This record gives sequence, C-alpha cells and structure tokens, in this order.
Amino acid sequence: MAHMLTIGERGEPNVEVHKFYSGTILGVSLLALVFQALLHKYGRWAEWIDLPLLVTIYFGVSRRNPVTGLFLGGSIGIFQDALSHDNPIGMYGIAGTIVGYLASSIGGRIDTEHPLARLGLIFIFFHFHQAILVLTHRVLLLQPERFFSVNLLLDSVITAVFGVFLFAMLDRLRRSN
Amino acid sequence: MMLLAIVVLAQLLLLAFQVKTDHSVPLIRYWAAAIVTPLERGGTWMTSGFGNIWKGYVGLRNARAENENMRSEMQRLQLRNQELESQNAEAQRLSSLLSFHDTHTEVQMLAAEVIGSSSDSSSHTLFINRGEKDRVRMNQPVITPEGVIGKIVEVFPHSAQVQLINDPSSGVGALFATTRTHGVVSGIAGSGPHMDYVSNEEKVTPGEMIVTSGEDKIFPKDLLIGTVESANQSSTFQVITVKPAARLDRLEDVIVLLSQHDLEAKKSDDISGAEAKQKQAEADAAAAAAAASQESAANATAQNGGAGGPGGSAPTQQSTKSPAAKPAVKPAAAPNR
Repeated sequence: MAHMLTIGERGEPNVEVHKFYSGTILGVSLLALVFQALLHKYGRWAEWIDLPLLVTIYFGVSRRNPVTGLFLGGSIGIFQDALSHDNPIGMYGIAGTIVGYLASSIGGRIDTEHPLARLGLIFIFFHFHQAILVLTHRVLLLQPERFFSVNLLLDSVITAVFGVFLFAMLDRLRRSN
Repeated sequence: MMLLAIVVLAQLLLLAFQVKTDHSVPLIRYWAAAIVTPLERGGTWMTSGFGNIWKGYVGLRNARAENENMRSEMQRLQLRNQELESQNAEAQRLSSLLSFHDTHTEVQMLAAEVIGSSSDSSSHTLFINRGEKDRVRMNQPVITPEGVIGKIVEVFPHSAQVQLINDPSSGVGALFATTRTHGVVSGIAGSGPHMDYVSNEEKVTPGEMIVTSGEDKIFPKDLLIGTVESANQSSTFQVITVKPAARLDRLEDVIVLLSQHDLEAKKSDDISGAEAKQKQAEADAAAAAAAASQESAANATAQNGGAGGPGGSAPTQQSTKSPAAKPAVKPAAAPNR
C-alpha cells in the first residue's frame, strides 16, 4: 500500500501512482466543499481548516498527474468562488489550479507518504495558496491583504495537523494493486 | 506547464472581466449551487438529526441521573422529615409533661422515659428509666397528662417496672365522674380494661368519664382513667368496657407521682381540669338526650296498650351513691400485696 520511490533503469524516479475507486475523487471533493460550508455554521473554528485545499493537495500528490491535479484544484477553487458571494470567479480557482499542479509535480519527486513529510507539505502549500490569493487580491482587485499574520500561522498549523490524519483516512480509499 | 499557463490565464481573464465589467458569472454560481446545495441540505438534515438524537440521548442520560439524584435526595429528606416529626412529637410530649408538672407543684413528680415493655404478650407492663436511685418506690402511680396508665410494681436501682391499667392483674379504684358510682377498673386478658362491680341498676352511658376514686391508696383522687366505651347488663354487675384516656400502646414519656397527695384541678390540666369537665358536660347532654328518647318511646308503647308487658318495664332509675353500689377495691390490686 505504501508508496515506493525507486530508481528506474534510466535513472529516473520510478513512481507508483495510486489509483482510487471510481467516483472517489469527485465524491471526496464534493464532500469537502459541503463539509466546509457546513462547518462554517458551527463557528470560527471551522475556518481554521481548509478542507478543499487539503483534498486538492492529497489527490495531487497521490495521483501524481499534473493535468489531473491542475483541473481538480481549479475546479474545486472555482466551486469555492462560486459558493462564496464575495469572491469573483477565479480567485480560488487560480490558486487551486497552481497548487494542484505543483502538488502533482512534487508528489512524483519526493516521498509524500510519511506523516512528517505530509505535515510539511501541507504547511508549505497552505501558505503558498494563501500567497497566491493575497497576490491576486492586491494586483487584480487592488484590495490590501496581509501576506502573513499570527492567525494565519495558527490556521496553517492546525490545517497541517488535521491534514495528516485526513490523508491517513483517505489512504484507505486507494485501490489496492 | 503550458496547460497550466493556459488555465491560469483563462481564469485571470475571467477574473479581469468580472472586475472590469462589475459582472459576476451567474451561470457558474448557479451550477455550483445546484450541485452543492442539495448535499448541504442533506448534510444539514443529517447533522441536525444527529444533533437532536445526541441531545436527546444526553438529555435522557442527564434526566436519568437527575432523577436518581432527586430520588435519593427525596429519600434523604423523607428520613429527615421523619426525624424532625419524631423530635417534634417528643418535644410536644415533654412540653406537655413540663406543663403538667408546672401546674401541680404541690405534688412531687418525676418524668421518666419508657425504655421497654414486657416480653409476655398477656401481661401489660413496661419499663421506665427511673429507679430506686431516683426515689421511685413500689406502688407509686404512673400517669401521663392524658390520664392514668398504671403503677410501679418492681423497682430496680436504675429502672422500674410499671403495671398498666389494662394488665389482667391490675386494679384501680374508680368512679364515674357524674354519678360518683364506684367500681374497679382492671384488665382482662386479650381485651381492654373493664370497670367491674357496677350493678345493673346503675345507669351507665357510653362516653361517661371514669376517674380515680382514691380508695386504693395508690392513685390520687379524680385522676382521669378513661371513658365508658360500652356498657352491657350481666347477671349481677354490668360489663363496662373502658377506653383509656392515655394511649397505653404508644407510651414514650410518663410521670411518676412520688407523693400520694391529691392533684388539684387546674385550668390547664388535661387530666382533671376544665377539658375533662367539658367532656363530662357533653356526656351528660348525650345521656339526657338518650333518656328523653327512651321516655318518649315508652310513652308511645303505653299509648299503644303495650304497658305491663316484658318489654314495657319501667326504666331503671339512676341511683345515687348507695352503700350497696360502692365496690370494694379488687384484692389483687391491693397496694401491698
């Protein structure tokens, strides 16, 4: 079950691509969007965790297909934009697209199965995702947004810790070879 | 990489279009809402349902725990209430004894607590927590503010045995409060106290009060013993059942009269005071009414020509204190047996 990173005959990384049961990616992505919307009803603590981003990262590093990651991240981001009345369509879409693409690309190069690696990966992608959003806000919408804050750091840590457990749960949805 | 650039660029253009024209993209929002909203509705329904079930479960558990707590609290309070009622009853009894003692300062008396009773069901005796050390002696009267209950028959250093007036071997010189007809109140095995040696000629009505006569040299005169419960004619003497004034089966605190002086009637005295006289007046009124009713019945019989028959005999006249009617104190109840 665990991902094995080996060196092929040509010296290129021989990466094991994890496959999922049909509909898993779509279902989990939708559930992530729904849960994110539902959890917001129960208070500020729900904003600490970015479920759609976690799903984007997970399927990106698991599928290791940049095209899939790109479209999945973009779709989830556009859904987030569409479901939020304030954001113009494309704000989260652009960030999700880039994160999905990068996660798929990185997943094929480094070990993303270890919990600590996942923790660091989620933490970095969280801030990268946030940076793209802030940049988009500042450049396109001319809205002053802060790149960093203590609350943002706290959110990233919580999301990273939660993501490690979520990734372990999502590993069970993988189709065995 | 090229694909990424195209997709990002497309979204940037879409974003720029929205910002420039201040138009959103309603179709995308509509589709997104159409896809996600039913799931959200289902999720809300499930979470609220689960929340309700959880709340109900927790509430039920809390209610059960609360119910058990309240039940134990109620039992504790019931016990406490019983304890307080017992203390209240004891305080009333002691207050009654104290009041009685205060109204009869001329008589030396001693309050005592009932500590036990006889193990023999046929005898009616009890033990009190006062004895020879407390100047308790044989044949001293034992009373309560309600009435006479018995006399001391055994004295121990720190306790004494009291023979109740309903004991078969007991005997108390008694008389009716109104007619002053004498008799002896004694116990009968398996029954309540009776008043003996009252001739059939004496008119006795239920409710009539019976007091001590003082002839037995034990009980002071005019202490309330009880009332007539029933009176029936017999061969020589009437069979008169006495209802003791004191609750002989529920005695807890009693008074031992250390001296033989007669008790003077006081206003607050239950045993020989105004209340007794009032009860006696009520008994007299009842007796008068009964006599009037009997007389009218006799007149009616005479008018119907029934006079002189077996059932038409003249009613017995109420006798006064005749020497023949005066009973002797029952030998078994003699003070110095």
